[in-house]
Amino acid sequence: MKYLLLIYHTEAQAAKLREQDRNAMYQEYGQVIGELTQKGKYLGGYELKPTSSASTVRVRDGKKVITDGPFAETKEQLGGYFLVEAADLDEALAISARIPSARDGSIEVRPVVEQQVKQDAAKG
Amino acid sequence: MDFEKLHREESGRILSTLIGMLGDFDLAEEALQEAYATALQKWPTEGTPANPRAWLISTARNKAIDQLRRGRRLDEKRDEIVHHIEVVHAPQWETAEEMFADDRLRLIFTCCHPALATDAQVALTLRTVCGLTTEEIAKAFLLPVATLAQRLVRAKRKIRDAGIPYREPSPEDLPERVDSVLLAIYLIFNEGYLASGGDALVRRELCSEAIQLGRVLCELLPREREARSLLALMLLHDSRRDARVSSDGELILLEEQDRSLWHHKQIREGSALLESALHAGANGFYSLQASIAALHANARTANETDWPQIAGLYDLLVSSHPSPVLEVNRAAAVAMATSLTEGLALLDVLEENEELAEFYLLPAARADLLRRLGRKDEAAAVYRRALQLVTNDIERRFLLRRYAEMTG
Repeated sequence: MKYLLLIYHTEAQAAKLREQDRNAMYQEYGQVIGELTQKGKYLGGYELKPTSSASTVRVRDGKKVITDGPFAETKEQLGGYFLVEAADLDEALAISARIPSARDGSIEVRPVVEQQVKQDAAKG
Repeated sequence: MDFEKLHREESGRILSTLIGMLGDFDLAEEALQEAYATALQKWPTEGTPANPRAWLISTARNKAIDQLRRGRRLDEKRDEIVHHIEVVHAPQWETAEEMFADDRLRLIFTCCHPALATDAQVALTLRTVCGLTTEEIAKAFLLPVATLAQRLVRAKRKIRDAGIPYREPSPEDLPERVDSVLLAIYLIFNEGYLASGGDALVRRELCSEAIQLGRVLCELLPREREARSLLALMLLHDSRRDARVSSDGELILLEEQDRSLWHHKQIREGSALLESALHAGANGFYSLQASIAALHANARTANETDWPQIAGLYDLLVSSHPSPVLEVNRAAAVAMATSLTEGLALLDVLEENEELAEFYLLPAARADLLRRLGRKDEAAAVYRRALQLVTNDIERRFLLRRYAEMTG
């Protein structure tokens, strides 16, 4: 099963990190991603630029409405994501627990709706 | 053949085996219901089979295969499931008790998965492990049947959508997962024990279900000390069931209860279980609570209660599991162990705690200490405050009586 791991953290705190701590954290991320890649579980992921760089689009009555900022103000902000392959929720949760930001942030674990591409293709 | 009894006693084991075979809660439940329906028809005329449990599993399995073949389940995994059932789980009914035991454990852990909301865990456990009907559970929790039904539907959907696995947790996860199960059982017990009106009989059922779950857990996980302590705790509390409420339905405080109505065999069982857990090194939340309960239960009279030890245990409890509610209990114990004024002083400090602003037991406890000190007017005022906050009918009537005593 595919899971999207949404990595939430407090941007204000993250900004205050000293360079050596930030580097240590990136190294740890690198290690985790490396291990997951080796096991064929890492399908992708990125760190996201802070919410100050976000814009939100809504189309209402055919009109495109653009606003500055994330879709909602939240206590913790989305800082990145992993897309992983895991046998079941327990495995996805175990992977999430190893993400460095889980220690002072939150990881939301969402199962992905997987298209039945193969089956439909088989039906011709 | 008492079908209700069969359903109650066997459903947990049968369902857990079926879910293991079929990999799907709903499919397993539906198939079992159909099997029961067939049993109801056939057994009265053809006679009860030698092994009803095996018969039901075999029949349910076949019903499930039929259902899948008829294509009523448009699951992408349909063919996989049929293959799984037919090849991997061909009938081998002489398998030992262990097979059923393992499956029940898997079922309990799945129902109590931390990714499910606690009330969902409780509902699902009562339904699938204990075999209670949706109506019985709704009645016990004073909820509309539709609400309970929805809660179960959502829980099963979450299990399916999120991919909650149907297996025992890995050793690393076991401690945390056991905690989750213990909490669900404890909540079920408390719901039944702190009967807040409604059908008292049904609520009593919850206590016995919780105790039964506790027994199963101890049997299947003999090394889990806190499980033993939880069972001890429930047995000790439950031993007072016939002394807690008068024939008029009025609350009788622990210190005023007729101790000859306590179930002493149960007290001995609970105490022995606790001993064994403590001996093995248990010192967690349930162990401490059970130790306090044991001190109460083993005191021959209220006056012989070892309050200093109880107060000491509350100290330990509060430091390892900080909780304003436990602090109130501790203050009450200190009042009895040391002095009423010292207990009162502790309660006064708790008044500052916002978390307790709506907790009726805080003013109730304060009022009680003021009452014992003979400070009637002050006690009356605080009883009034407690009455504003209390929600439980039986407790309200009790507080009203006390209030009347203070003002009469």
